[in-house]
Amino acid sequence: MAAKSKRVPVAKTYKIYIDGKFPRTESGRYFALEDKKGAVIANVCRGSRKDFRNAVVAARKAQPGWAKASAYLRGQILYRIAEMLEGRREQFVAELRAQGVANRAAEKEVDTSIDRLIYFAGWADKYQQIFSAVNPVSSSHFNFSVLEPTGVVSVLAPDDSGLIGLVSNIAPAIVGGNSCVVLASESMPLCAVSFAEVLHASDVPGGVVNILTGFRSELTEQFASHMDVNAVVYCDADKKTAAAIQVAAADNIKRVISRVRIRWPDASAQHPYLIRDTQEVKTTWHPIGV
Amino acid sequence: MAVSAVNAMHRLPDLSRVPVVDEVGVNERVARFQTRSIKSASKIEALKLILSMIDLTTLEGQDTPGKVRQLCQKAIHLHDSMPGLPHVAAVCVYPTMVGIAREALQGRDINIASVATGFPSGQAPLSVKLEETRLAVESGANEIDMVISRGAFLAGNYQLVFDEIMAIKEACGDAHLKVILETGELGTLDRVRRASVLAMHAGADFIKTSTGKIQPAATMQVTLVMLQAIRDYFYETGRMVGMKPAGGISQSKLAVHYLVMLRETLGNAWMTPEWFRFGASSLANDVLMQLQKQATGVYQSADYFSKD
Amino acid sequence: MAIPENKLAFGDGWQYSPAPESIDHIKVRKKYDLFIGGDFVAPVKGRYFETINPATEERLSRVGLGTELDVDKAVAAARKAYSSWSRMKAAERGKYVYRIARILQERAREFAAIESLDGGKPIRESRDVDIPLAAAHFFYYAGWADKLDYAFPGRTARPLGVAGQIIPWNFPLLMAAWKIAPALACGNTVVLKPAETTPLTAMKLAEVVADAGLPPGVVNIVTGAGDTGAAIVNHPGVDKIAFTGSTAVGRIIQKALAGTNKRYTLELGGKAANIIFADAAIDQAVEGIVNGIFFNQGHVCCAGSRLLVQESVADQVIQKLKDRMDTLIVGDPLDKNTDIGAINSAAQLETIESYLAIGEEEGAELYQSACPVPDRGYWCRPTLFTGVSQSNRVVQEEIFGPVLAIQTFRTFSEALSKANNTRYGLSGGVWTDKGAKIFKITQNVRAGVVWANTFNKFDPTSPFGGYKESGVGREGGLHGLDAYLKLEA
Repeated sequence: MAAKSKRVPVAKTYKIYIDGKFPRTESGRYFALEDKKGAVIANVCRGSRKDFRNAVVAARKAQPGWAKASAYLRGQILYRIAEMLEGRREQFVAELRAQGVANRAAEKEVDTSIDRLIYFAGWADKYQQIFSAVNPVSSSHFNFSVLEPTGVVSVLAPDDSGLIGLVSNIAPAIVGGNSCVVLASESMPLCAVSFAEVLHASDVPGGVVNILTGFRSELTEQFASHMDVNAVVYCDADKKTAAAIQVAAADNIKRVISRVRIRWPDASAQHPYLIRDTQEVKTTWHPIGV
Repeated sequence: MAVSAVNAMHRLPDLSRVPVVDEVGVNERVARFQTRSIKSASKIEALKLILSMIDLTTLEGQDTPGKVRQLCQKAIHLHDSMPGLPHVAAVCVYPTMVGIAREALQGRDINIASVATGFPSGQAPLSVKLEETRLAVESGANEIDMVISRGAFLAGNYQLVFDEIMAIKEACGDAHLKVILETGELGTLDRVRRASVLAMHAGADFIKTSTGKIQPAATMQVTLVMLQAIRDYFYETGRMVGMKPAGGISQSKLAVHYLVMLRETLGNAWMTPEWFRFGASSLANDVLMQLQKQATGVYQSADYFSKD
Repeated sequence: MAIPENKLAFGDGWQYSPAPESIDHIKVRKKYDLFIGGDFVAPVKGRYFETINPATEERLSRVGLGTELDVDKAVAAARKAYSSWSRMKAAERGKYVYRIARILQERAREFAAIESLDGGKPIRESRDVDIPLAAAHFFYYAGWADKLDYAFPGRTARPLGVAGQIIPWNFPLLMAAWKIAPALACGNTVVLKPAETTPLTAMKLAEVVADAGLPPGVVNIVTGAGDTGAAIVNHPGVDKIAFTGSTAVGRIIQKALAGTNKRYTLELGGKAANIIFADAAIDQAVEGIVNGIFFNQGHVCCAGSRLLVQESVADQVIQKLKDRMDTLIVGDPLDKNTDIGAINSAAQLETIESYLAIGEEEGAELYQSACPVPDRGYWCRPTLFTGVSQSNRVVQEEIFGPVLAIQTFRTFSEALSKANNTRYGLSGGVWTDKGAKIFKITQNVRAGVVWANTFNKFDPTSPFGGYKESGVGREGGLHGLDAYLKLEA
């Protein structure tokens, strides 16, 4: 008679998220995420340039359709993401804790992330009204300026935050109709992968958000230089890296958005100007006549 | 009425295929013509050309043989103290006055234009319009300025308008037919363009903006639209159609702008009295004053120019 | 409509006599120094360069060649002026800017004549477009100075500091206005570098700035060429760079600024598609095509240099376009009847001519109007290329001259796809009578300015700037304030 054995928990395989699917990195490489004591928590995909390339293709394909979705729908989908995150609150708290965040702080981070999604969900059908203009030109023309998404945005998410930094950079990009390719925090990548699962369950069309895990040192330049990316967001690059990003970005006059030294959990880190960062102003003229 | 024989040649075109017109774009083009600066030799040439293109007009209920004779004298003697002036293209009168004008202009190379077809409203039965036209031609008019039935046009009864023009054209015989669209009653430039196309396909030799009895009368905007319609008709058929803006053109500067517009829209072939007229009563004197000013360098007074 | 065989004739008959704008009232000095700290000062190294009239190839004046040393002085002057200018009561700051607008209006005629002399553009345009719009731009932004708190909800707007501004030769005074007006209204001080072929109206503007009594150093103007511009871009005392010019140079600037904290706005090249649908108001569309590509000799970043015309009306549109081109008068920029003036410089003429050769090599059919051009000076007749495709260089690359590449399309989606198949995204045009179609296309053209049933319209209240490689940021309107402010919580 066998001894009564403890149930073996099923460990999660952390994959990347491209085009609404969860492949392993095409490179087949991984890096081991360890806890403070050096124990392996998970093997994380070491995403490659080719993964990034595939993600940009998916993001480009998905972007026009997402931009055309009504503002109301985009708002509802962001709200849905919040709902799904709320439902998996404990999982995210646990992942944050596993990556070294204290219990209270982890709970607070997840709660703030949920609330931030709600915050941006609410902006979906409002930011246009704040930032648009009807321009009183002198000639007999009707003239107005509206915001349009910049297109495909690459995001180097903050490294010092497993969830709130990620959410705070994805939400303003997609609420404005952009698609994005995100490089998760290198030191705390787990929540990013789980967040991809949340997105996947939240009616976010495949390709609108693509999340890679991997090494900054290998991928930063690609994120900045890809000719089919319209804007690059970075959050914690040192001066040298920031300069490298800016130089690479100039090849296609990419918009470069620096979000360094932002305390993401703070209320001051949520405002509609984050949405505006990845918007273009389009001005349209039309004659007024019979 | 023998309209059917001509019917085979002329068919009402599909007016829905006539290009639309954007008012603001037309205004901008017109403003551009007005920035042309016409100076020295080209101004003198233009002023003389304008004189030669004038249909000197009197169309009043109070017209009398005496008034018409005076007008004809003015047509002959524009300003005799100034040598080398052309004469006007025509005098334009009511049918009852054609005989008087014919007598007064005997032996002169000045055409006699008669309005007809229930001018200015056009609200008369076709039989009356035809009779009036024949009468005017018999009395000596070699140009007929008819009005279209605007009511029918606005009601969408294009066929009626088209048939009327064809019938009048036939009644004109050898007389040239100018078709007045009365653009001030058509309301939009789109309708002006359609009416132009309709009139040309129905056989108009000229298309003309206005009776002078309705405001606005001729404007550069409607004239441009009509010139563009003439150009398209020429492209399509090779037939030249003349243009006559009428009413409201009393300043030579404005008339010069019309010439600029004509030149840059239809080109030089149209720059003769055979293909372009001004329907005007007081333009001639302003042009004469300008010519005198060009000759003498001195600004002029109206008291030195005869008013008939 | 059948292919027209019945050609109109514009060549003979009544012609317009010369109607030159008189220039006896304008004053151009033999030599212009740099404008630094409120004074005209000689360049440190004492070097000058010539600015010539491109219509006659004659020298108009000699202008100071600013070096790093001069830029350094100018930035220092701007920095010194910044502390009081930025703290001045906003309404008072606005009044200075209003003064500039008013003086420009008073001296409009003089400015127009000099603009045409120095740059080659027809007096009709400098008189009716460049100068009035420049004055209007100052007037518009002057009024913003004390209203910035209302422009950005939830934020406090603060000036950036010293703005380095580098402007092109196609709209010399107007671009100076686009740069200086919002910068000053927002509380910045500026160092402006005009283009080397067109420095004169900027130097006249310096006189206006002095006459308006602006505190010394608020506006500094350093003339020179690329090196002078580079000195401004690279100067550590500059907080913001505003550049209008080619994408190639814009890219160099963006790279040069990497690793600095300098803000920048770039207004770069374009290759706009002007799309004509069969249901358009054709005659107005033809006029729009002409204004789109032949305005300012085609030296316009937002020029409608690609014509996409629906096949069913293509023959008609091209015929009308050719007839219209035959009425365009190329020649003396100072003649009030001139439609197309001189090409701005020998170098630019060479560039344009190289593209004419490229187009023909690529198998395109070239058409040029028959109008005569003067013997001396730099001239290019209005030019069409037909039979071109997306893969041709004359379709892909910015020529910056009066050269239109014409393609046809069959369907809406084909037109849109061709329009967007470009690295640029500055402007676009669409001509159709159908309202729903207008919105569909204006929403889907990836460009910062879209003209529907019109083209090449500008207004101080209307934001201007590009998507993609056409630049970063907007100039004009409420959105143009952003370029000269930092927004704080």
